[in-house]
Amino acid sequence: MEATNISSATAAGVPGRAASGGAPVSLREVSRSFGAVRALNGLSLEIAPGELVALLGPSGCGKTTALRILAGFETADSGTVTVDGKDIAPVPPAKRDMGMVFQSYSLFPNMSALENVGFGLRMRKMSTADRRRRAREQLELVGLAAQASQFPHQLSGGQQQRVALARALAIQPRVLLLDEPLSALDAKVRLQLREQIRSLQQRLGITTLFVTHDQEEALSMADRVGVMKDGMLEQIAVPSELYTRPATAFVAEFVGTMNRIPGELSGGGQATALGTVAGVQSGCADVPAGPVDVLVRPENLRIAAIANGNGIVTSRTFLGSVTRIHVLLSGDVTVQVDVPSATATELAPGASVQVSLDGSPVQVAERS
Amino acid sequence: MAAIISDELANETAPPRPHRKRRSYPVWRWIILLLTAVYFLIPLYAALRFAGIASFGDVVHQTGFSDALILSLKLAVITTVLTMALMVPTTIYVHLRLPRMRRLLESITILPIVIPPVVLIVGVLEVAPGYLKSTPYLLGLVYVILAMPFAYRSLDAGLRALELRTLVDAASSLGAGWLSTLWRVILPNLRTALLSATVLTVALVLGEFTMASLDLYQTFPVWIVAFDQTSGPVSTAASLLALFVTWLFLLLIVTVGGRRARRTGGAQVDLISVTRRDTVR
Repeated sequence: MEATNISSATAAGVPGRAASGGAPVSLREVSRSFGAVRALNGLSLEIAPGELVALLGPSGCGKTTALRILAGFETADSGTVTVDGKDIAPVPPAKRDMGMVFQSYSLFPNMSALENVGFGLRMRKMSTADRRRRAREQLELVGLAAQASQFPHQLSGGQQQRVALARALAIQPRVLLLDEPLSALDAKVRLQLREQIRSLQQRLGITTLFVTHDQEEALSMADRVGVMKDGMLEQIAVPSELYTRPATAFVAEFVGTMNRIPGELSGGGQATALGTVAGVQSGCADVPAGPVDVLVRPENLRIAAIANGNGIVTSRTFLGSVTRIHVLLSGDVTVQVDVPSATATELAPGASVQVSLDGSPVQVAERS
Repeated sequence: MAAIISDELANETAPPRPHRKRRSYPVWRWIILLLTAVYFLIPLYAALRFAGIASFGDVVHQTGFSDALILSLKLAVITTVLTMALMVPTTIYVHLRLPRMRRLLESITILPIVIPPVVLIVGVLEVAPGYLKSTPYLLGLVYVILAMPFAYRSLDAGLRALELRTLVDAASSLGAGWLSTLWRVILPNLRTALLSATVLTVALVLGEFTMASLDLYQTFPVWIVAFDQTSGPVSTAASLLALFVTWLFLLLIVTVGGRRARRTGGAQVDLISVTRRDTVR
């Protein structure tokens, strides 16, 4: 049932809407405190028309607060929020024309799917006939026309979120806000819905802010991903840049898997770890020379089975084309190394191995 | 009742085990159920025998019966309307804006149960202005206080079963103002809770004796007691009638509310869940 594809329904074109309807959004120096807790600490963020920006971060990093301020459910203590160049601080949430999809349980239990989708149109005083027609179109858009008369509790979690998406899009919002809309769903449905939301968003060209703590979700869906920590943006960049050139150690470790290996930083921008030397990426300038932790991705480590190596394989996990090898190094450091699955056979648990850097530039962080 | 309550509690915590349940249903449960039923039903049967079916017809024609019943019903309506007008917005507001006040509100609403009715009414009569004391509607105002614990608890249970914050935010992001949100989103989903609050309030007013008696107004229960002195069977028939009317209400809410909740998947709050909270406390 979940397999019904949104994109097939949209291939014929989106009814009643221009191809690009997004408005630029800008948050400047936005701060917000709850008592002694500073949820947002001078956050600045620009979202281009039609762009999907994901805010990614651990719980409590302020990403949800940022979204709620944009929606109008919270007010900023300082800073400005503009949509289409206009300051929206004085505009109440009901007048902001922003479609929002919540984590879960946001459908009105007393209304059918069709009534839910039509609710925003009803609030805009649209006639019953027009409303039903438009609501039906929106349900077709998310592939749920057959479920129009069903109530939320009769729909699966994924279907409920698709109705919620249709409901948010029905009002032809200027901005689409997604507040962890997939986190309550099971893995398979999440994957499908992720693609469907993205293709619909691109088709409609709607400016979208997407809040999530799931890095895979953020990296696969967003045009740009902003990693947040302690109420501030650590880095905002396209997904590939975030992964390959993280601006800070926090981003490096938060996005993807990262090994921390004790090493030595020389004054000349060279780091030594595991007996190998590698160049240090820019962005680590504030780390003083001396003992450091070297940050290396699993695919940037070399591993070879040799007698009396510097580590022992503790376990290995088959991940499809690659196999992840967990190695216990001397000094009680555990690292993960990715190798092509074809070459993983000799790296059985208990095998003695030699692990080294592959020579590509690394990140360094002060030793933890 | 006790058996039903503990059963309900057990169902909430443990996942249902359909296969084992039927086989392991112990005999002693049925014995306890039977004993409880006997304990409740025998007095009722005795009262019914004593009154005789004919007395029910007589009740209606007794002096003061209709006046007393009408007064009680009027008070029930007034109390219900006032209680709802007061408690619905308050409870919603506290849930949305002052969640930390919930404990305080809960303790405040318990007060009418802790303070004996005699104390309450004597105090009220002491301070109430004359124009209020001269009407029976003063009782309505006092009953609002008495009904508060029950009304608050049903509404609180109903609201907690909803994702109130999310629903309100969703409605508002779709362009709904406060009234629309209340009318089209919150109240329809509180239907069952409102119904239980209403029935509990009505049952309370129809059965309250102490205050009405001390306020010197002949409500239905006061009338029954006064009548007891003159005609036993008719008075007994009147009590049974009062009981059956109340039961009818309870039955109505459990069936209608239950069906509605199943249809829309809204928050299901029935009498058992409401009274259970009181019993557990």
